[in-house]
Amino acid sequence: MKITDMTLLEIIEGIQAKRFSEEEMVGSYLSRIGKLNPKLNAFLEISKPHAGIPVAVKDIIVTRGIKTTAGSIILEGFIPPYDATVVEKLLDQGMSVIGKTNCDEFAMGSSGENSAFGVTKNPWNLEMVPGGSSSGSAVAVAADLAVFALGTDTGGSIRQPASLCGVVGFKPSYGRVSRYGAIAMASSLDQIGPFTKTVSDAKQVLEWISGPDGYDSNCLNNLYKAGPALTDLKGVKVGVPKEYFGPPAGGGLDSGVEKVIKEAIKKLEELGAKVIEISLPHTEYGIAVYYIIMSSEVSSNLARFDGIRYGFDRGKFGAEAKRRIMLGTFSLSSGYYDQYFTKAAKVRSLIKRDFDQAFEECDVIVGPASPSVAWKIGEKINDPLKMYLSDAYTIPASLAGLPGLSVPCGFSSGLPVGLQILGKHSDDAKVLDVGEAYEMATDWRKEKPEI
Amino acid sequence: MNYEPVMGIEVHVELNTKSKMFCRCSTDYFGTQPNTHVCPVCLGLPGALPVINSEAINKCIQIGLALNCQINPVNYFERKNYFYPDLAKGFQISQLVLPVAVGGWLEVEDENGEKKKIRINRAHQEEDTGKLTHQGADTLIDFNRSGVPLVEIVTEPDFNSSYQVRDYAKKLQQIFRYLEVSEADMEKGDMRLEANVSVRPVGQKELPLYRVELKNINSFRFMVAAIEYEIKRQIAALERGEKLTQETRGWNEAKKETYLQRSKEEAHDYRYFPEPDLPELKIDTEQLIILKNRMPELPQRKIEIYTTQLGVREQDAKILADSKELAEFFETTLEHGQKHRVSTQEIANYIVNQKPDIEIVLPTQVIEEIKGKKVGRIEDEKELEKLAKQAIEENPQAVEAYKKGKTTAIQALIGTMMKLSSGRANADKAAQLLRILLE
Repeated sequence: MKITDMTLLEIIEGIQAKRFSEEEMVGSYLSRIGKLNPKLNAFLEISKPHAGIPVAVKDIIVTRGIKTTAGSIILEGFIPPYDATVVEKLLDQGMSVIGKTNCDEFAMGSSGENSAFGVTKNPWNLEMVPGGSSSGSAVAVAADLAVFALGTDTGGSIRQPASLCGVVGFKPSYGRVSRYGAIAMASSLDQIGPFTKTVSDAKQVLEWISGPDGYDSNCLNNLYKAGPALTDLKGVKVGVPKEYFGPPAGGGLDSGVEKVIKEAIKKLEELGAKVIEISLPHTEYGIAVYYIIMSSEVSSNLARFDGIRYGFDRGKFGAEAKRRIMLGTFSLSSGYYDQYFTKAAKVRSLIKRDFDQAFEECDVIVGPASPSVAWKIGEKINDPLKMYLSDAYTIPASLAGLPGLSVPCGFSSGLPVGLQILGKHSDDAKVLDVGEAYEMATDWRKEKPEI
Repeated sequence: MNYEPVMGIEVHVELNTKSKMFCRCSTDYFGTQPNTHVCPVCLGLPGALPVINSEAINKCIQIGLALNCQINPVNYFERKNYFYPDLAKGFQISQLVLPVAVGGWLEVEDENGEKKKIRINRAHQEEDTGKLTHQGADTLIDFNRSGVPLVEIVTEPDFNSSYQVRDYAKKLQQIFRYLEVSEADMEKGDMRLEANVSVRPVGQKELPLYRVELKNINSFRFMVAAIEYEIKRQIAALERGEKLTQETRGWNEAKKETYLQRSKEEAHDYRYFPEPDLPELKIDTEQLIILKNRMPELPQRKIEIYTTQLGVREQDAKILADSKELAEFFETTLEHGQKHRVSTQEIANYIVNQKPDIEIVLPTQVIEEIKGKKVGRIEDEKELEKLAKQAIEENPQAVEAYKKGKTTAIQALIGTMMKLSSGRANADKAAQLLRILLE
């Protein structure tokens, strides 16, 4: 097997068994990056380490001494003086950062087209978007340019590109992983999470990067520990929200995607799970709530980019960034705060309550991660509202702080489809274990794009 | 028409915690090189996050308790959003809706000695900004001060005279020093005052429709001068029929007048919202009890005890309670005084009038001094004559030696007189008397 085809667990085993050296391993990934990155534009910066298992890090996460741009002209050339906690933890485990991956500017986007440094291409079809905002990280794993990658997910930015690129993407429970060093987008929603080739890999990475660090005040005190794989799903209750299939909330769901998702749910049943219909009545309000709360927090978090201590003048923000800054500033303004921000916060708690009530009847909730497969580059970029709808399935779990996994579950029109699995807050283990059981009972992880 | 001033005061006090409010940087920045007490958090670097300094919260709570406030068992931080080069994140983490402490009071005096309770609206926790220095056409920014814990104390518009304002400021400074939460030095900037001044016709109950904010004034003296000038200026304007509007003004010490800095049109919408990076602050009853027990006896209480229980005059009591160190010195001296039958009044008088350097002098030495002075020197000639005659009787050899021409022998006789009088004899007069007697 090619080294670059290997999963993280296989690589760890391979190094221990001395089947290849670390230099050989890094070398093969670097040479593959050299060959394919010009076509894919997944990496903005390649750091050429000599040893250590190569991890690709989304350019929204600071890395000491390695240029970090957040996909924006504003930070072009910026070299952070410190490492994010997650980077420090991985370096401690013997990983090395092989490069920084492309992303939508300041994590704002669902396609990768908002990067100031060109769009990343979907390795399954170079004319298609890879999804966003963690476009480069998803592609790095899909195209075997790194063993695994880190991304961030605020409204779906790990789960959605994972789905569009046929890889595993996991958004931990809010507070599971420290956000220290992730350039803040929406503080109450952001989480750093892994892109991996398998769910088993994701469990290992989560164990390494999670835990309170004394720098992020919102970290959970309980720890995640990767447990053994489940052999079946007997006793697991799987909830399927009726709002996900059909208008108004699920009105944009592609029929090909719907078919694949329903087959995946059948597979869960075959594994012994009990599938029940549940209701998440406020699903249709998710996007509106998200865009008000997220952009309000963004308008405040981006205020530090004044060009005085670092970075360029704020006139250099891209169009989507400017749009969200304006929307957020408006929502927080005197005279509008109550009807927009406060109202959105109230509805947010209703969405959270939907989940609390649903989880009294089931252990996990499943559905599509994205309403469609990858679309053509340029197709939605001129219609921001249409673009916002791509996050319809991922947004509610972000608002409720729940853990969410996207695991490859098939293809539609030749492009990957991801099954989203959501769990109770803090119940990252259940989500990952159910996903792992599904993965081991299928062969989707063995599919690789021909580039 | 007669007008009266209506004023509210805002005080910002820099806490003397070891670390900054939201990061581990040292707060001991005074006199150090610029931008050496900084980190990603207080520099507002991308990706940095705040963590609450609980010692600062404790000090904020103590300030609230000293001002007779209610401490909110749950309170939270908010973001105050505005742009300024010394504000690294583009927002200040502060408190608005639910601050640490609310609804307190402090009693002040006016120029006639009349007392008034000033209502304290709130005492809340926030962080300081960096410092700008103008050098020619350039402006330099030092972030050493960015993130240092500040407590903001806001009063209701209860002040009617500049004397009250001065008394309030002095009393607050005293409280901060007693609590050891800050050096509260206005020159160093650890304590900053802002006054909101307006005037209304005497007898009117409603607040005036405008306020003039006096800012960036860094001494009590200048603040009082600025307030008095402002009151006169506003009254004169109203008498001319002018309408007064919301303004921010500074004090020009050279010209001895206030000047316009900013007018209402530029008033800010800070777009406050709850700080999402920080959890709510929960202050449980146990913690509150521990902090209450840690509170020292405050100056107002000491003055009350000195005057009502110890019979000290009020103006002396104020002096004795001026600093915690002096009050403790006085109280320790009282303890020693009891053993040596030196009265409270004598000790109070001594300390107030003699102003001993309490860093060097010990309370026991004060007692000795008082005892020595109380007894006093023997000046009376008849008494001295008696002692002299006794000394002559006791020292025949010295007398003979002196009569033979050894003048220094008189020392022994003076020595004997001193011994007989426990050191109280006036040595000069003793010598004179002896010479006369020995002739």
